Amino acid sequence: MNAVAAVDVCFHCGEPLRGSTLLARVDRQEQPVCCSGCQAVAELISGTGLGDYYRYRDTTSTRPRSDDLTADKWRVYADPELAGQFTQATNGQTTATLLIEGLRCSACSWLIDQVLRQHAGIIDVSVNAATGRANVCWNDEQLDLSHVMRTIAQLGYVPHPVTDETVSRALRDERRDGLKRLAVAGFGMMQVMMFAVAVYSAELAHEIMEPAILSYFRIVSLLVATPVMFYAGAPILLSAWNSLRIRSVGMDAPVGIALVLAYAASVWNTLTNSGGEVYFDSVTMFIFFLTLGRFVQMSVRQRTAGVTDALARQLPSVAHRACDGSIEDVPVTSLRIGDVIQVRRGEVLPADGQLHDDEAELDEAMLTGESLPVRRRLGHRVVAGTINVGGPINITVTALGAETALSHIVTLMQRAQAHKPALARNADAAAAKFLRYVLLGAGLTCAIWLAIDPSRAFAATLAVLVVACPCAFAIAMPAALAAATASLGRQGILLTEADALEALARVDHIVFDKTGTLTQGELRVSRCVPLDRIDETRCLQIAASLERASEHPLARAFARHDGAGAVEELATFAGQGIQGRIDDRVYRIGSPQFVAELHSQKHEPPVAFNGSVILLGDEQRALAWFELTDSVRPAAAEVVRDLQSLGIEPLILSGDGYTAVTTVAQQVGITDATARCSAKEKLARLLSLQQQGKRVAVVGDGVNDAPVLAAGNVSIAMGRGAALAHASAGLVLVNDNLAALPEAVKLARRTLRIARQNLLWAAIYNFGSLPLAAFGLIPPWLAALGMSLSSVAVVLNSTRLLPGVPRNRSEQSRATPQRRLSETTA
Amino acid sequence: MSIVFVLIPLSLALVVLAGWGFFWAVSAGQFDDLESPGWDALRDDDEHR
Repeated sequence: MNAVAAVDVCFHCGEPLRGSTLLARVDRQEQPVCCSGCQAVAELISGTGLGDYYRYRDTTSTRPRSDDLTADKWRVYADPELAGQFTQATNGQTTATLLIEGLRCSACSWLIDQVLRQHAGIIDVSVNAATGRANVCWNDEQLDLSHVMRTIAQLGYVPHPVTDETVSRALRDERRDGLKRLAVAGFGMMQVMMFAVAVYSAELAHEIMEPAILSYFRIVSLLVATPVMFYAGAPILLSAWNSLRIRSVGMDAPVGIALVLAYAASVWNTLTNSGGEVYFDSVTMFIFFLTLGRFVQMSVRQRTAGVTDALARQLPSVAHRACDGSIEDVPVTSLRIGDVIQVRRGEVLPADGQLHDDEAELDEAMLTGESLPVRRRLGHRVVAGTINVGGPINITVTALGAETALSHIVTLMQRAQAHKPALARNADAAAAKFLRYVLLGAGLTCAIWLAIDPSRAFAATLAVLVVACPCAFAIAMPAALAAATASLGRQGILLTEADALEALARVDHIVFDKTGTLTQGELRVSRCVPLDRIDETRCLQIAASLERASEHPLARAFARHDGAGAVEELATFAGQGIQGRIDDRVYRIGSPQFVAELHSQKHEPPVAFNGSVILLGDEQRALAWFELTDSVRPAAAEVVRDLQSLGIEPLILSGDGYTAVTTVAQQVGITDATARCSAKEKLARLLSLQQQGKRVAVVGDGVNDAPVLAAGNVSIAMGRGAALAHASAGLVLVNDNLAALPEAVKLARRTLRIARQNLLWAAIYNFGSLPLAAFGLIPPWLAALGMSLSSVAVVLNSTRLLPGVPRNRSEQSRATPQRRLSETTA
Repeated sequence: MSIVFVLIPLSLALVVLAGWGFFWAVSAGQFDDLESPGWDALRDDDEHR
């Protein structure tokens, strides 16, 4: 698989080579790479003897950002005061938890673990691939936080210190708690079932069991079932109690009532030794299946990071404060309103503020979706989370932390989530109706039996309650969901909300945010038009050298091209371009006017261009035109066609400019496209669609999309998008693979169909057995057998959703260790 | 049949023991990450190279 792919894509990051001739030496073999960043990382990995990483990884790696590799932005973390916020120190040893961006598979965690361990002074490392976190413990005398972070960054990952450890600890405890309850329920169920089967088989064979042994079995069952009931079943009982107390009947209410009645009756019958039936087997089995369903759903939900972590990723932790004419680096947490801070080129604004300088160029893509930087002037308000792409600026801090515009977006998103048209509400309404019937049925049974034969009244009433709340009904949805989740995971889709799948199956409109969803979300040089017969490669080299110094999004388009050599007298003109001297010739690159000033001539583009156009020139003439566009994902057009054939109407709501949006819309074949939409306008459009009764899916990737994502009937975030977008999305496309989207819709529809079959089967079983139970015709062993069989039927039906044939990858990884073994023995 | 009066408490004791072991394993973080430890085997291999 790798050998085929290696022909035209980068060995490290898997992106197209685009003419790069760079090679990296990995395990004595030359491999093509797309940029110097990938080359550096690949050779570092191979150089430390860890080239096996490339054999074992599941997905390609992230392309490293050049500033993470070269510029020493990690040095600030050497400051003990700053580092102290993220670390815990105990007698000479320090531990820290880092959130690692780009950590995608077990091979990544293995690589980070290995490389860190090779450092002197590292005491312990544990990297968790499931949560994307690393726990590192090191010796204070030999290392500090900045070393650890730099080491991780050099591998092409981006480490973030975790500021709020309590959230992740709460998640971990929730998971451990769930596991323990599941174990108690499982062990207990097996034990109780063992005794129950003995009793039932005696009844079946019409044998009479010794009364002493029978009552002994009952007492043991009681002993085992009690912890299952009150430890494993505690969340269910508590939730049932809460919903009854506020008189809103939740899903757990009928289940809780049945559990309490069955358990109480069994305890009574056991202790009084009256010979009445016991239901410990039903109670424990019921609790086990419910706990299992809950555990599966919880593990799925936990796979995405919380909102707090998302915020931690967005904002820097260090600010440069101007103080008595000098600049000092301080933690952002110690900033006060009114402080003047400096933000250097390429840095993220740590706080909202007012601009002190005449002009600033800011990349606000994260907040507005606008892919080109905007210009702000003296006194303008600037917001935290935006990137300064011009020269250094000074701002007066006006808002910090929770008061910033970024935090407000988070609040907006949380509010939208609370107002979500939750399908859970429908389920609750159905459960309330169901409970009313069950209670009515149980009451009637009790009354009628009291009139006919009072001695059988309690047993029959209980039989109705037990039979009416069987496992099949409880696991009909969770079983289908769990199978579908596994299947989606295989396709690179992470399901974060159980509701999302159901909503996805019913969607009839899908809204794309252009930047980063239909397109790659990154500008590239799409065309180079040299003038006067100058070599195209040479022009690209000069341009790349000049732009290398800039953090401007336009400049990043050149990052994958080789430079022409050292640049002297480099100067950046904010909003205009860059000037520099290479081999004793002065060049300018930037807007046509800016370049024309150097040789006082006016230029018009020789051909019609799409996207952003920049010019390269020297002191005599213009040299070349460059067209920079955000290219459409290769699969986009096909995905749009597939969606349309599934009866889903795609549309674009983008914050980008008019031309950019229409170009993309034409290329992928979407007719309904709106440009220059603010988050508010997107939200309004979405709500108006929903008011017309449409069910809308939203695909987005930016922080600005978070409120829109939260308001959609179902929301889908791109894996490489902002972490905040993940937090508000129901589905995450892990590998940015847009082609998985139509497959997900198909699978969602299939899941819904199978879930309906499950529910139908469970309903037939329930309502069919209900009258029989009411007439006192169902003996307990038959009820238990029927309950088990109906659950097995539901589970088997759900397994049809599981992925069939394993992919090549797993075959390959199975084959590799054998090969390694034979190498060693030879 | 009176042997069951001895064997069942014995089996219950074993269940409690297994349950206690499982609780310990969960609390010690044995189940926190079920993927990465599988890669530890590769580490030993490399040290002998």
